[in-house]
Amino acid sequence: MNTGNMQRVVVIGNGMVGYKFCEKLVAKQKNGQRFSLTVFGEEPRVAYDRVHLSAYFADKTADELTLAPESWYAENGIQLYLTDPVVDIDRERREVRSHHGLVVPYDYLVLATGSGAFVPPVAGVEKDGVFVYRTIEDLDLIQSYARRARKGAVMGGGLLGLEAAKALLDLGLEEAHIIEFAPRLMPRQIDDAGSGVLQRQLESLGLTIHLSKNTQQITGEDTIRGIQFADGSILDVDMLIISAGIRPRDELAKASGLDTHPRGGILVDNFLQTSDPTVFAIGECAVAHHMIYGLVAPGYDMAEVVAARLMGEEKEFKPYDMSTKLKLIGTDVGSFGDPFISEPTGRTITYENKAKGIYKRINITPDGKTLLGGILVGDAEQYHMLLQTCKNKTVLPPNPEDLILGSRGGEATSAGGVMGLPDDALICSCEALTKAQLCHEIGENGHTSIDALKKATKACTGCGGCTPLVKDLIQGVLKQQGHYIRNVLCEHLDYTRQELLDLVKINHLKTFDEVLDKFGQGDGCEVCKPAVASLLASLWNENILEQGRATIQDSNDRFLANIQKGGTYSVVPRIPGGEITPDKLIVIGQVAKKYGLYTKITGGQRIDLFGAHVGDLPLIWEELINAGFESGHAYGKSLRTVKSCVGNTWCRFGVQDSVSFAIEVEDRYKGVRSPHKLKSGVSGCIRECAEAQSKDFGIIATEKGWNLYVGGNGGSKPQHAQLLASDVDKETCIRYIDRFLMFYIKTADPLTRTATWLNKMEGGMTYLKAVVVDDVLGIGADLEREMQLLVDTFKCEWKEVVDNPELRKRFTHFVNVPELKDPTVEFATLRDQKRAKEWK
Amino acid sequence: MEALIADKDEITWFLACRVEDVPADGGACVLLNGHQIAIYNFARRGEWYATDNECPHRQQMALSRGMIGSQGDEPKVACPFHKKTFSLRSGQCLNDESYQITTFPVKVTDGMVYIGLE
Repeated sequence: MNTGNMQRVVVIGNGMVGYKFCEKLVAKQKNGQRFSLTVFGEEPRVAYDRVHLSAYFADKTADELTLAPESWYAENGIQLYLTDPVVDIDRERREVRSHHGLVVPYDYLVLATGSGAFVPPVAGVEKDGVFVYRTIEDLDLIQSYARRARKGAVMGGGLLGLEAAKALLDLGLEEAHIIEFAPRLMPRQIDDAGSGVLQRQLESLGLTIHLSKNTQQITGEDTIRGIQFADGSILDVDMLIISAGIRPRDELAKASGLDTHPRGGILVDNFLQTSDPTVFAIGECAVAHHMIYGLVAPGYDMAEVVAARLMGEEKEFKPYDMSTKLKLIGTDVGSFGDPFISEPTGRTITYENKAKGIYKRINITPDGKTLLGGILVGDAEQYHMLLQTCKNKTVLPPNPEDLILGSRGGEATSAGGVMGLPDDALICSCEALTKAQLCHEIGENGHTSIDALKKATKACTGCGGCTPLVKDLIQGVLKQQGHYIRNVLCEHLDYTRQELLDLVKINHLKTFDEVLDKFGQGDGCEVCKPAVASLLASLWNENILEQGRATIQDSNDRFLANIQKGGTYSVVPRIPGGEITPDKLIVIGQVAKKYGLYTKITGGQRIDLFGAHVGDLPLIWEELINAGFESGHAYGKSLRTVKSCVGNTWCRFGVQDSVSFAIEVEDRYKGVRSPHKLKSGVSGCIRECAEAQSKDFGIIATEKGWNLYVGGNGGSKPQHAQLLASDVDKETCIRYIDRFLMFYIKTADPLTRTATWLNKMEGGMTYLKAVVVDDVLGIGADLEREMQLLVDTFKCEWKEVVDNPELRKRFTHFVNVPELKDPTVEFATLRDQKRAKEWK
Repeated sequence: MEALIADKDEITWFLACRVEDVPADGGACVLLNGHQIAIYNFARRGEWYATDNECPHRQQMALSRGMIGSQGDEPKVACPFHKKTFSLRSGQCLNDESYQITTFPVKVTDGMVYIGLE
């Protein structure tokens, strides 16, 4: 590579922030390289994810923690020297010298030396069995030592200390202790009450917590034997991990005469420049805005600022929010904004549930308008919402306690949620991605999975804390779009089913062509045709095979029978309530024999006759109709059966006549076309033998009347129906069913069962009840009237076909040889009956 | 009712059925030379199409009972069994590249529908 006219940037340190700087600079000079990069790392491996270091004990390998493989550096022209720390900076000559004696000149120097573990000056820290928790090498040492240790302790009850304690548990030590100098755990993030809850959680997992403990010395000869505290007590341990804070690695900067903070850290300005304008410091080695930012997100931000400024962009490093959320040994802990502020500068709302191990605190302004900060222990689900509410100074709801308690009573508020945040709300703080940016990636660029977004934006790849929020965002955007896509019928009709139903009704349209001419484009398809067919039937209840409507029906509706394997059809006569006379049973038997049909009792208490040639259908039905049968609509998106138990006419437990009511209900709603099929059941007592609660609408007898349940489903996603009304009389029950069904017919998407419809309904059962029972929309009478129209105009479709030669003619396989049956239809024999030949 | 009309480019036209045998914007099946052929009366466009009646997906004689329509400008038929859709022009399956059906030329004269077979 020709580096002659390029400026040379040397990076000291190959940790997370050092790597991020390389990544940013590489990305920024994609369209023309201006800088050559040289990186020196002290550790033997390339930069890895130190935030998730503890995962190394659990399931991750060192490779999996690696941020980018060594090849990445080479591919991007970065000269990388590992196991070779820089030992000297000559700022006059602008060159660095490494431990191995390499001398590299620089135009700009970036110090990303990070921090080391702070080891307090306690006697005995040099003994065997005392460790720090910082690098993969540290973890390897701890791991191998832990094999012969029984009791372990961690000095420091902060974030990292608790992680280390978890590691001790994972490594199988019998005893694991946490020693904290302060009177509470995580003293910088949570308050005493939060610490109390956290402590109980940790103790329940077998950790022993020692608070307000001032370690005086570590006892033992060459090897640690115990810890002696200032109060005279002694804790016997075989090993100790010191996690008492970090110490910025500023020794190199100090030696080269750069300004450093008296308590450690390289002093930088808002642009991360040290006292030498050609030298920058980023990450945990830098002191910016009077503090050390010991989190990865602000470190990444620093990397971005320096990379941007080298490329001539205007950027500065602003004071950074130090909010954190993490999962500690299964317990969520979150701390955001100012977690400790209290009277008089803020008001505090707390919630504590000792039984569940939950503590929540929010601090709000005295006027109750904005959120200042808070603490979450045990349940941090609301963390990201609260953090954004806090950062964006969103005006709080009238009852700010709702933020941590959820709204109680009444309808849930739809405000809030990630979609309610302003566009510039920072979602991924590690990568500084706003809601608007992410929404754009999801919505416009089609990155609709976490993995795709990770690739495109690096969201969720840093601390990972934003993942739940990003997931919500994906769902939110998809919902916004998907709602649109799912609701609109297809490319031919740019309307939702509900909109179209209203339009068809108002314009009094009766055929598909009229609908398409007026509201659509193209020629229709297998999606919009049956959808329109269904709503035409729901509105006008005219024969579905007339006026050119036959060819817009789904195949089953078109032939008023269910197509089966091999191309034959099945025939299901209606047997209301499952009640049938012996004579009718005999007719079914005779018809089946005559036309060679396989017979089976269905799940809905009726009889299915399989294997009918299309040409035989009118003949079969003619015989059935003459015997008093009607179409069972097994082929339609309409009422199938109303299953019943025998009820109090025979059953010694029954309290009502369930069969009579089932027949009444089935006769009432038979033939009503709906967005999807409808099933019902009536049980004569609480034993529920008709399984009414698994139906779209189910009725169960009580001593006083009937209980009505709606929205149940069997099938692949079984769901119990929910109680809509209890102890109502028959008339009221029917009225509610009228309203419920008509409301469903008018508002559901195509091919949506009542259960799904109800699940998606905003306000759910509460709302449905308000509409159907309380008639809050004032449409109850209309719904009843519309249903009554359908009931009054019912005609048996099969009777109409049987009686109409023109319609009958369509039931033939070959139009040029009407008497010939499809010769390719083949059957096999099974248990003395026929079955369809298996298809290939 | 088979009638043969020889055409100059070696297509033999077979009388298939009457126009009214095929419902408007729907299909019907005819048996020609022992071959099941689906004929579609695409009335909305004033066009006629003919294809194999067999859907190659599960070898079901069902395409004539399928719903016809369009995808963009492409006229298509959807098999009633598993909704495989085929272009009525090319026979190419539109939602599964591995399937293809044969299409046949159609001629309508004096209320009669003719299918061209090679």
